[in-house]
Amino acid sequence: MAVTAIAKLDAERLRADFPYLEELQNGVPVAFLDSAASSQKPRQVLDAMTDFYSHSYANVHRGVYRLAERATDAYEGARVKVAEFVNAPSEREVIFTRQATEALNLVAYAWGLDNLGPGDLVVVSELEHHSNFVPWQYIAGRTGAEFRTIPIDEAGELQLEVLAGIAAEGQVKVVATGLVSNTLGTVNPVEKLTAWAHEQGAIMVVDAAQAAPHRPIDVQALGCDFLAISAHKMCGPSGVGALWGRRELLEQMSPFNLGGHMIRTVTAVETTWGQLPYKFEAGTGPIAEAVGFGAAIDYLSSIGLDAIERHEHELTEYALTRLAELDWIETYGPPVARRAGIVSFNVDGIHPHDVCQILDWEGVAIRGGHHCTQPLMHRLGVIATNRASFYLYTVPEEIDRLVAGLEKVKKSLG
Amino acid sequence: MSEFDQLYREVILDHYRNPRGHGVLEHPDAVAEGQNPLCGDEISITLAFDGDTISDVRFEGRGCAISQAATSMLTELVVGRDAAEVARLPKEELLEEIGIPLTPVRLKCALLGLGVLKVALNKGKGTPLPEEWSSSDDLSFR
Ligand SMILES: Cc1ncc(COP(=O)(O)O)c(C=O)c1O
Repeated sequence: MAVTAIAKLDAERLRADFPYLEELQNGVPVAFLDSAASSQKPRQVLDAMTDFYSHSYANVHRGVYRLAERATDAYEGARVKVAEFVNAPSEREVIFTRQATEALNLVAYAWGLDNLGPGDLVVVSELEHHSNFVPWQYIAGRTGAEFRTIPIDEAGELQLEVLAGIAAEGQVKVVATGLVSNTLGTVNPVEKLTAWAHEQGAIMVVDAAQAAPHRPIDVQALGCDFLAISAHKMCGPSGVGALWGRRELLEQMSPFNLGGHMIRTVTAVETTWGQLPYKFEAGTGPIAEAVGFGAAIDYLSSIGLDAIERHEHELTEYALTRLAELDWIETYGPPVARRAGIVSFNVDGIHPHDVCQILDWEGVAIRGGHHCTQPLMHRLGVIATNRASFYLYTVPEEIDRLVAGLEKVKKSLG
Repeated sequence: MSEFDQLYREVILDHYRNPRGHGVLEHPDAVAEGQNPLCGDEISITLAFDGDTISDVRFEGRGCAISQAATSMLTELVVGRDAAEVARLPKEELLEEIGIPLTPVRLKCALLGLGVLKVALNKGKGTPLPEEWSSSDDLSFR
């Protein structure tokens, strides 16, 4: 039997796992097309957290009683799941954070402050979410390093031709880009960027917040040095994310937050740091959230990330085709072959706030604004866009409802 | 009345489609601009005074129907009035004129123009600028 076939995902069946998708607004479920901002949560995750809080909750580590041991096992079990999810060589390389943003700040501060200086270059892309842009801009400023952006072309894809020119301007020390753009859905050529970064002697930092929910992630295949994810975008709870980092680098780095839990010994004279990953986990962690994160990973894995990716690809193709029929709509971003399940667009002459407001009354939830990508908005020459995004529970009828809603927007305000 | 008709009242749509006081004064006595970074709404205002009276107001901007219509209504509300009095104009007076229910997010859209006007008056006439406008969490003015 061939093992290469990707199982097809049954979105209608999966929808039954999500309590919110059963709720009615004016007699119909909301077409929730804003999963790129945060996903809905399946019962499997909610139940795992309730169960943990009800029967296994205590603070983790150092507890002698059985309950603390159970809590620790659940917390550390979640770490192993995250490690397997990104194909990390060791779970010691997985650090729990509050979200992707904190993971990226951890690298920017703990690696950047000690390793950057005048003459060095920090390179990000014009597509970046502010969380992978602002920390680097700030730490570059604090250390005297220069900050550079890789521009995009008209289709929203990185212009790799400029890399040679950037390298000629100084010593490239950090390359930080997203794997998938949250505004345009662009899938960036991270393997190529990693190869280039390593040729320069730079570290490669990957923001996979928008990729991990939707496609398989393999840090060893990507070859990168750090990778950040957030549970809340991948069916897990808010309040927890993870940083994967290459062990040698994490070991060389100074800590980020300091306090309990991250130490080995403390005296008035000197404090020594704990082992990985605890060196980077000061204070009580997001315990139940991590357990929910683990349950979310189990949930996604049971469906199959390949199947999710394919499902969203089909939806995106359908959405782009439907929107292309409307000549008063401008869509942004690359062709569907190099795009994840995200479609940004504008309605001729109508501000996204008005578009989203009218769509809300039609029971369609999409987001309008700059999507935390102001440099990209500037590049596109717009003040904001509308963004529809899809997930494993999205069905084509919801895209039909989006299109019908847009017709209404056009009729009312156009 | 449908939700659409409530928010996009006929008068709002009229101000949105045919904004009053649209444009820029060539020789203004005061200028200010403001932004709502959340949604990217932008408004700039130029003012002319005749003594202490606002003799002309023009605005330009990009943004949603509510922000643009509200600013258009504002220009009608303030021309010919005393600068110091307009500087004290309670936002309720404008909101009453707009006359529609606004969620917290849309309220910011509706009040952007008023904030820019108050900043312009502060610059041109030195009128006091209440703290809610000088250090708004959500709107930024220049
Ligand atoms: C590409 C990308 N990076 C980073 C983030 C930040 O995620 P979080 O707010 O969970 O840290 C997001 C979320 O909007 C994102 O889409």
